Amino acid sequence: MDDVIRKVLAEYAHLPVDVATISDDDDLYQAGMTSHASVNVMLALEDEFDLEFPEAMLRKSTFESVAAIRTALGALASS
Amino acid sequence: MTNSLRAPAGRLFRNELVAAGLLVPAGTDGIYGRSSVYEDIVVGIESVVMAAAASEGTVSYRFPPVMPRQVFERTGYLGSFPDLIGAVSTFTGTDKDHKNLMEVAQSGGDWTALLHDAGVALCPAVCHPLYPTLTGRLPEEGSRYDVSGWCYRHEPSLDPARMQAFRQHDLVYVGDAARAVAQRDRWLELGNDVLSSLGLVLETVVANDAFFGRVGRILSNNQREEALKFEIVTTVADAEHPTAIASANCHRDHFGKPFGILTADGEVAHSCCFGFGLDRITLALLRTHGLQPADWPVAVRNRLWP
Repeated sequence: MDDVIRKVLAEYAHLPVDVATISDDDDLYQAGMTSHASVNVMLALEDEFDLEFPEAMLRKSTFESVAAIRTALGALASS
Repeated sequence: MTNSLRAPAGRLFRNELVAAGLLVPAGTDGIYGRSSVYEDIVVGIESVVMAAAASEGTVSYRFPPVMPRQVFERTGYLGSFPDLIGAVSTFTGTDKDHKNLMEVAQSGGDWTALLHDAGVALCPAVCHPLYPTLTGRLPEEGSRYDVSGWCYRHEPSLDPARMQAFRQHDLVYVGDAARAVAQRDRWLELGNDVLSSLGLVLETVVANDAFFGRVGRILSNNQREEALKFEIVTTVADAEHPTAIASANCHRDHFGKPFGILTADGEVAHSCCFGFGLDRITLALLRTHGLQPADWPVAVRNRLWP
Protein backbone atom coordinates (compact mmCIF):
# COMPACT_ATOMS: atom_id res chain seq x y z
CA MET A 1 0.00 0.00 0.00
CA ASP A 2 2.79 2.41 0.94
CA ASP A 3 4.43 2.04 -2.47
CA VAL A 4 1.22 3.07 -4.21
CA ILE A 5 0.69 6.01 -1.82
CA ARG A 6 4.21 7.24 -2.50
CA LYS A 7 3.80 6.75 -6.25
CA VAL A 8 0.62 8.88 -6.14
CA LEU A 9 2.38 11.54 -4.06
CA ALA A 10 5.32 11.61 -6.46
CA GLU A 11 2.95 12.20 -9.36
CA TYR A 12 0.35 14.53 -7.86
CA ALA A 13 1.60 16.21 -4.64
CA HIS A 14 4.02 18.50 -6.53
CA LEU A 15 6.48 18.46 -3.64
CA PRO A 16 9.68 20.43 -4.13
CA VAL A 17 11.58 17.46 -2.69
CA ASP A 18 11.91 13.77 -3.62
CA VAL A 19 9.09 11.76 -2.02
CA ALA A 20 11.67 9.17 -0.96
CA THR A 21 13.15 11.73 1.44
CA ILE A 22 9.77 12.19 3.18
CA SER A 23 9.20 10.01 6.23
CA ASP A 24 5.83 8.41 6.96
CA ASP A 25 4.98 11.02 9.58
CA ASP A 26 6.31 14.14 7.82
CA ASP A 27 3.69 16.84 7.26
CA LEU A 28 3.10 16.93 3.51
CA TYR A 29 1.62 20.44 3.62
CA GLN A 30 4.71 21.73 5.39
CA ALA A 31 6.76 19.93 2.76
CA GLY A 32 5.03 22.05 0.11
CA MET A 33 1.81 20.27 -0.91
CA THR A 34 -0.93 22.81 -1.65
CA SER A 35 -4.60 22.16 -0.93
CA HIS A 36 -5.27 22.03 -4.68
CA ALA A 37 -2.55 19.37 -5.03
CA SER A 38 -4.05 17.41 -2.12
CA VAL A 39 -7.30 17.23 -4.07
CA ASN A 40 -5.48 15.60 -6.99
CA VAL A 41 -3.80 13.21 -4.56
CA MET A 42 -7.24 12.26 -3.23
CA LEU A 43 -8.65 11.61 -6.71
CA ALA A 44 -5.61 9.53 -7.71
CA LEU A 45 -5.85 7.45 -4.52
CA GLU A 46 -9.52 6.77 -5.25
CA ASP A 47 -8.60 5.55 -8.74
CA GLU A 48 -5.69 3.41 -7.54
CA PHE A 49 -7.59 1.75 -4.68
CA ASP A 50 -11.02 1.79 -6.35
CA LEU A 51 -12.78 3.45 -3.45
CA GLU A 52 -14.38 6.74 -2.53
CA PHE A 53 -13.48 8.86 0.46
CA PRO A 54 -16.68 9.66 2.39
CA GLU A 55 -17.76 13.20 3.24
CA ALA A 56 -16.31 13.06 6.77
CA MET A 57 -12.84 12.30 5.38
CA LEU A 58 -12.79 15.21 2.92
CA ARG A 59 -10.48 17.34 5.04
CA LYS A 60 -6.92 18.42 5.05
CA SER A 61 -5.87 16.17 7.92
CA THR A 62 -6.83 12.99 6.00
CA PHE A 63 -3.99 13.65 3.54
CA GLU A 64 -1.44 15.34 5.81
CA SER A 65 1.11 12.49 5.85
CA VAL A 66 1.84 9.08 4.37
CA ALA A 67 0.80 7.57 7.71
CA ALA A 68 -2.48 9.53 7.78
CA ILE A 69 -3.32 8.41 4.24
CA ARG A 70 -2.50 4.82 5.14
CA THR A 71 -4.79 5.01 8.21
CA ALA A 72 -7.63 6.49 6.13
CA LEU A 73 -7.28 3.85 3.41
CA GLY A 74 -7.14 1.12 6.08
CA ALA A 75 -10.33 2.41 7.69
CA LEU A 76 -12.10 2.44 4.32
CA ALA A 77 -10.88 -1.04 3.35
CA SER A 78 -12.16 -2.54 6.58
CA SER A 79 -15.49 -0.72 6.54
CA MET B 1 -23.36 29.03 4.72
CA THR B 2 -23.95 32.52 5.93
CA ASN B 3 -24.63 34.00 2.52
CA SER B 4 -27.24 31.56 1.29
CA LEU B 5 -30.66 33.05 1.62
CA ARG B 6 -33.76 30.94 1.85
CA ALA B 7 -35.87 31.30 -1.26
CA PRO B 8 -39.12 32.58 0.31
CA ALA B 9 -37.48 35.54 2.09
CA GLY B 10 -35.38 36.31 -0.97
CA ARG B 11 -38.41 36.17 -3.24
CA LEU B 12 -40.41 38.48 -0.96
CA PHE B 13 -37.66 41.10 -0.94
CA ARG B 14 -37.25 40.76 -4.70
CA ASN B 15 -40.98 41.39 -5.17
CA GLU B 16 -40.72 44.55 -3.02
CA LEU B 17 -37.76 45.82 -5.08
CA VAL B 18 -39.55 45.12 -8.35
CA ALA B 19 -42.80 46.71 -7.12
CA ALA B 20 -40.82 49.82 -6.10
CA GLY B 21 -39.33 49.98 -9.61
CA LEU B 22 -35.76 49.62 -8.33
CA LEU B 23 -35.11 46.35 -10.17
CA VAL B 24 -36.59 45.39 -13.53
CA PRO B 25 -36.66 41.62 -14.17
CA ALA B 26 -34.97 40.98 -17.50
CA GLY B 27 -36.71 37.70 -18.19
CA THR B 28 -34.46 35.13 -16.55
CA ASP B 29 -33.67 34.59 -12.86
CA GLY B 30 -30.87 36.72 -11.48
CA ILE B 31 -30.64 39.19 -14.41
CA TYR B 32 -32.07 42.66 -13.79
CA GLY B 33 -32.23 46.16 -15.13
CA ARG B 34 -31.59 48.81 -12.48
CA SER B 35 -33.46 52.08 -12.01
CA SER B 36 -31.67 55.42 -11.79
CA VAL B 37 -32.51 55.51 -8.07
CA TYR B 38 -30.75 52.16 -7.62
CA GLU B 39 -27.79 53.29 -9.74
CA ASP B 40 -27.41 56.50 -7.72
CA ILE B 41 -26.88 54.32 -4.66
CA VAL B 42 -24.23 52.27 -6.50
CA VAL B 43 -22.49 55.48 -7.58
CA GLY B 44 -22.55 56.74 -3.98
CA ILE B 45 -21.05 53.50 -2.67
CA GLU B 46 -18.40 53.58 -5.42
CA SER B 47 -17.38 57.10 -4.38
CA VAL B 48 -17.04 56.05 -0.73
CA VAL B 49 -15.01 52.99 -1.77
CA MET B 50 -12.85 55.07 -4.13
CA ALA B 51 -12.03 57.46 -1.30
CA ALA B 52 -10.99 54.51 0.86
CA ALA B 53 -8.90 53.10 -2.01
CA ALA B 54 -7.23 56.49 -2.53
CA SER B 55 -6.29 56.57 1.16
CA GLU B 56 -4.56 53.22 0.58
CA GLY B 57 -2.55 54.53 -2.36
CA THR B 58 -3.93 52.01 -4.84
CA VAL B 59 -3.39 52.14 -8.59
CA SER B 60 -6.79 51.97 -10.31
CA TYR B 61 -7.62 49.81 -13.32
CA ARG B 62 -10.89 49.06 -15.03
CA PHE B 63 -11.20 45.94 -17.15
CA PRO B 64 -14.11 44.91 -19.39
CA PRO B 65 -16.35 42.08 -18.13
CA VAL B 66 -14.68 39.53 -20.43
CA MET B 67 -11.20 38.10 -20.19
CA PRO B 68 -9.01 36.00 -22.51
CA ARG B 69 -9.78 32.30 -22.22
CA GLN B 70 -6.12 31.45 -21.56
CA VAL B 71 -6.04 33.85 -18.61
CA PHE B 72 -9.30 32.40 -17.34
CA GLU B 73 -7.80 28.89 -17.47
CA ARG B 74 -4.70 29.97 -15.54
CA THR B 75 -6.75 31.40 -12.65
CA GLY B 76 -7.86 27.84 -11.80
CA TYR B 77 -11.53 28.81 -11.90
CA LEU B 78 -12.43 25.85 -14.10
CA GLY B 79 -11.11 23.46 -11.47
CA SER B 80 -12.81 25.10 -8.51
CA PHE B 81 -16.11 26.49 -9.86
CA PRO B 82 -17.00 24.73 -13.14
CA ASP B 83 -20.70 25.18 -12.39
CA LEU B 84 -20.41 28.98 -12.30
CA ILE B 85 -18.47 29.72 -15.48
CA GLY B 86 -19.64 31.68 -18.48
CA ALA B 87 -17.56 30.95 -21.60
CA VAL B 88 -18.38 33.00 -24.67
CA SER B 89 -19.17 31.19 -27.91
CA THR B 90 -19.73 32.58 -31.37
CA PHE B 91 -20.63 31.49 -34.87
CA THR B 92 -17.67 30.79 -37.14
CA GLY B 93 -19.28 28.79 -39.95
CA THR B 94 -20.15 29.20 -43.64
CA ASP B 95 -23.39 30.32 -45.31
CA LYS B 96 -24.48 26.69 -45.34
CA ASP B 97 -23.72 26.35 -41.61
CA HIS B 98 -25.67 29.56 -41.00
CA LYS B 99 -28.70 28.15 -42.79
CA ASN B 100 -28.49 25.08 -40.57
CA LEU B 101 -28.09 27.27 -37.47
CA MET B 102 -31.24 29.23 -38.33
CA GLU B 103 -33.20 26.07 -39.03
CA VAL B 104 -32.22 24.60 -35.67
CA ALA B 105 -33.06 27.90 -33.92
CA GLN B 106 -36.40 28.31 -35.67
CA SER B 107 -37.42 24.76 -34.80
CA GLY B 108 -36.68 25.48 -31.14
CA GLY B 109 -33.53 23.34 -31.10
CA ASP B 110 -30.28 24.02 -29.26
CA TRP B 111 -28.53 26.33 -31.73
CA THR B 112 -25.79 27.09 -29.16
CA ALA B 113 -24.40 23.59 -29.74
CA LEU B 114 -23.38 24.81 -33.23
CA LEU B 115 -21.23 27.67 -31.91
CA HIS B 116 -17.50 27.72 -31.29
CA ASP B 117 -15.17 29.19 -28.70
CA ALA B 118 -14.87 32.99 -29.00
CA GLY B 119 -11.59 33.00 -27.08
CA VAL B 120 -13.00 34.88 -24.08
CA ALA B 121 -14.83 34.07 -20.86
CA LEU B 122 -16.97 36.29 -18.65
CA CYS B 123 -15.08 37.58 -15.59
CA PRO B 124 -16.18 35.65 -12.52
CA ALA B 125 -14.27 37.97 -10.16
CA VAL B 126 -13.26 41.50 -10.89
CA CYS B 127 -9.64 41.07 -9.77
CA HIS B 128 -8.84 38.16 -12.09
CA PRO B 129 -7.86 40.19 -15.20
CA LEU B 130 -5.35 42.11 -13.09
CA TYR B 131 -2.94 39.26 -12.28
CA PRO B 132 -1.55 38.58 -15.78
CA THR B 133 -0.56 42.25 -15.98
CA LEU B 134 1.67 41.84 -12.90
CA THR B 135 4.08 39.20 -14.21
CA GLY B 136 7.61 40.01 -13.10
CA ARG B 137 9.22 41.48 -9.98
CA LEU B 138 7.32 43.66 -7.53
CA PRO B 139 8.77 46.54 -5.53
CA GLU B 140 10.08 45.75 -2.04
CA GLU B 141 6.84 46.70 -0.26
CA GLY B 142 4.58 45.02 -2.85
CA SER B 143 1.83 46.76 -4.87
CA ARG B 144 -1.75 47.85 -4.21
CA TYR B 145 -4.47 48.10 -6.83
CA ASP B 146 -8.17 48.70 -7.05
CA VAL B 147 -10.38 47.23 -9.74
CA SER B 148 -14.09 47.55 -10.28
CA GLY B 149 -16.58 46.11 -12.72
CA TRP B 150 -19.09 43.47 -13.68
CA CYS B 151 -18.85 39.79 -12.78
CA TYR B 152 -20.81 36.83 -14.08
CA ARG B 153 -21.56 33.64 -12.16
CA HIS B 154 -24.09 31.12 -13.36
CA GLU B 155 -26.27 30.71 -10.30
CA PRO B 156 -29.79 31.72 -11.33
CA SER B 157 -31.91 32.49 -8.27
CA LEU B 158 -34.95 34.45 -7.23
CA ASP B 159 -32.93 35.83 -4.35
CA PRO B 160 -31.95 39.38 -5.41
CA ALA B 161 -28.70 39.02 -3.44
CA ARG B 162 -27.70 36.20 -5.77
CA MET B 163 -27.65 37.82 -9.18
CA GLN B 164 -25.97 36.22 -12.19
CA ALA B 165 -24.45 39.55 -13.22
CA PHE B 166 -23.30 41.92 -10.49
CA ARG B 167 -20.62 44.47 -9.61
CA GLN B 168 -17.61 44.17 -7.34
CA HIS B 169 -15.00 46.72 -6.31
CA ASP B 170 -11.82 45.00 -5.13
CA LEU B 171 -8.74 46.26 -3.37
CA VAL B 172 -5.85 43.96 -4.29
CA TYR B 173 -2.41 43.56 -2.73
CA VAL B 174 0.46 41.54 -4.17
CA GLY B 175 3.70 41.13 -2.28
CA ASP B 176 5.33 38.83 0.23
CA ALA B 177 3.39 36.28 2.29
CA ALA B 178 3.48 38.11 5.63
CA ARG B 179 2.49 41.46 4.15
CA ALA B 180 -0.39 39.84 2.22
CA VAL B 181 -1.92 38.47 5.45
CA ALA B 182 -1.36 41.76 7.31
CA GLN B 183 -2.91 43.72 4.42
CA ARG B 184 -5.95 41.44 4.29
CA ASP B 185 -6.52 41.96 8.03
CA ARG B 186 -6.09 45.73 7.74
CA TRP B 187 -8.50 45.95 4.79
CA LEU B 188 -11.02 43.89 6.75
CA GLU B 189 -10.97 46.65 9.37
CA LEU B 190 -11.13 49.36 6.71
CA GLY B 191 -14.06 47.61 5.04
CA ASN B 192 -15.92 47.38 8.35
CA ASP B 193 -15.32 51.10 8.94
CA VAL B 194 -16.52 52.04 5.45
CA LEU B 195 -19.65 49.91 5.62
CA SER B 196 -20.60 50.82 9.19
CA SER B 197 -20.32 54.51 8.20
CA LEU B 198 -23.31 53.77 5.92
CA GLY B 199 -25.43 52.78 8.92
CA LEU B 200 -25.24 49.02 8.34
CA VAL B 201 -25.15 46.58 11.26
CA LEU B 202 -22.33 44.18 10.50
CA GLU B 203 -20.77 40.97 11.64
CA THR B 204 -17.47 39.48 10.47
CA VAL B 205 -17.42 35.71 10.02
CA VAL B 206 -14.98 33.07 8.80
CA ALA B 207 -16.25 31.83 5.45
CA ASN B 208 -15.53 29.58 2.50
CA ASP B 209 -16.09 29.80 -1.22
CA ALA B 210 -18.67 27.49 -2.81
CA PHE B 211 -16.09 25.18 -4.41
CA PHE B 212 -17.64 22.55 -6.66
CA GLY B 213 -18.28 18.94 -5.75
CA ARG B 214 -16.48 16.52 -3.44
CA VAL B 215 -13.15 18.01 -4.38
CA GLY B 216 -14.58 21.35 -3.30
CA ARG B 217 -15.35 20.01 0.17
CA ILE B 218 -11.63 19.65 0.85
CA LEU B 219 -10.89 23.13 -0.46
CA SER B 220 -13.77 24.63 1.57
CA ASN B 221 -12.72 22.83 4.74
CA ASN B 222 -9.12 23.95 4.28
CA GLN B 223 -10.18 27.52 3.65
CA ARG B 224 -12.16 27.60 6.89
CA GLU B 225 -9.56 25.72 8.97
CA GLU B 226 -6.87 28.16 7.83
CA ALA B 227 -9.19 31.19 8.09
CA LEU B 228 -8.23 32.36 4.59
CA LYS B 229 -11.59 34.02 3.91
CA PHE B 230 -13.66 36.38 6.02
CA GLU B 231 -17.02 37.82 5.10
CA ILE B 232 -18.75 40.91 6.39
CA VAL B 233 -22.40 39.96 6.65
CA THR B 234 -25.60 41.88 7.30
CA THR B 235 -29.33 41.37 6.86
CA VAL B 236 -30.53 41.70 3.28
CA ALA B 237 -33.61 39.56 2.66
CA ASP B 238 -33.60 37.25 5.64
CA ALA B 239 -32.70 38.29 9.21
CA GLU B 240 -32.18 34.60 10.09
CA HIS B 241 -29.55 34.17 7.38
CA PRO B 242 -27.34 37.22 6.94
CA THR B 243 -25.82 37.91 3.52
CA ALA B 244 -22.16 38.57 2.74
CA ILE B 245 -21.74 42.08 1.33
CA ALA B 246 -17.94 42.15 1.37
CA SER B 247 -15.13 39.63 1.76
CA ALA B 248 -11.45 39.60 2.64
CA ASN B 249 -9.46 36.85 1.01
CA CYS B 250 -5.96 35.52 1.36
CA HIS B 251 -4.98 33.78 -1.91
CA ARG B 252 -1.54 32.59 -0.79
CA ASP B 253 0.37 31.98 -4.08
CA HIS B 254 -2.75 30.92 -6.02
CA PHE B 255 -2.28 33.80 -8.50
CA GLY B 256 1.41 34.55 -7.98
CA LYS B 257 2.43 31.10 -9.18
CA PRO B 258 0.53 30.73 -12.49
CA PHE B 259 1.16 34.34 -13.49
CA GLY B 260 4.85 34.47 -12.56
CA ILE B 261 4.51 37.33 -10.06
CA LEU B 262 7.63 37.61 -7.91
CA THR B 263 8.54 39.57 -4.81
CA ALA B 264 11.59 41.84 -4.80
CA ASP B 265 13.51 38.87 -3.34
CA GLY B 266 12.49 36.62 -6.25
CA GLU B 267 10.03 34.51 -4.23
CA VAL B 268 6.60 33.66 -5.69
CA ALA B 269 4.33 36.53 -4.62
CA HIS B 270 1.30 36.07 -2.41
CA SER B 271 -1.84 38.12 -2.83
CA CYS B 272 -4.98 39.15 -1.01
CA CYS B 273 -8.07 41.07 -1.95
CA PHE B 274 -10.87 42.88 -0.24
CA GLY B 275 -14.06 42.82 -2.30
CA PHE B 276 -16.97 45.21 -1.85
CA GLY B 277 -20.12 43.64 -3.33
CA LEU B 278 -21.61 46.81 -4.82
CA ASP B 279 -25.03 45.36 -5.68
CA ARG B 280 -25.31 43.53 -2.37
CA ILE B 281 -24.33 46.67 -0.41
CA THR B 282 -27.00 48.56 -2.37
CA LEU B 283 -29.57 45.91 -1.44
CA ALA B 284 -28.44 46.00 2.21
CA LEU B 285 -28.89 49.79 2.31
CA LEU B 286 -32.36 49.50 0.76
CA ARG B 287 -33.26 46.82 3.28
CA THR B 288 -31.83 48.71 6.28
CA HIS B 289 -32.92 52.27 5.49
CA GLY B 290 -36.01 51.63 3.35
CA LEU B 291 -36.82 51.63 -0.36
CA GLN B 292 -36.91 55.46 -0.62
CA PRO B 293 -33.34 56.83 -0.47
CA ALA B 294 -34.80 60.35 -0.15
CA ASP B 295 -35.98 59.32 3.33
CA TRP B 296 -32.67 57.79 4.47
CA PRO B 297 -30.85 59.19 7.53
CA VAL B 298 -29.09 62.45 6.71
CA ALA B 299 -25.72 61.09 7.84
CA VAL B 300 -25.97 58.20 5.39
CA ARG B 301 -27.16 60.47 2.57
CA ASN B 302 -24.32 62.91 3.19
CA ARG B 303 -21.82 60.08 3.12
CA LEU B 304 -23.11 58.70 -0.19
CA TRP B 305 -23.89 61.98 -1.90
CA PRO B 306 -21.79 64.74 -0.26
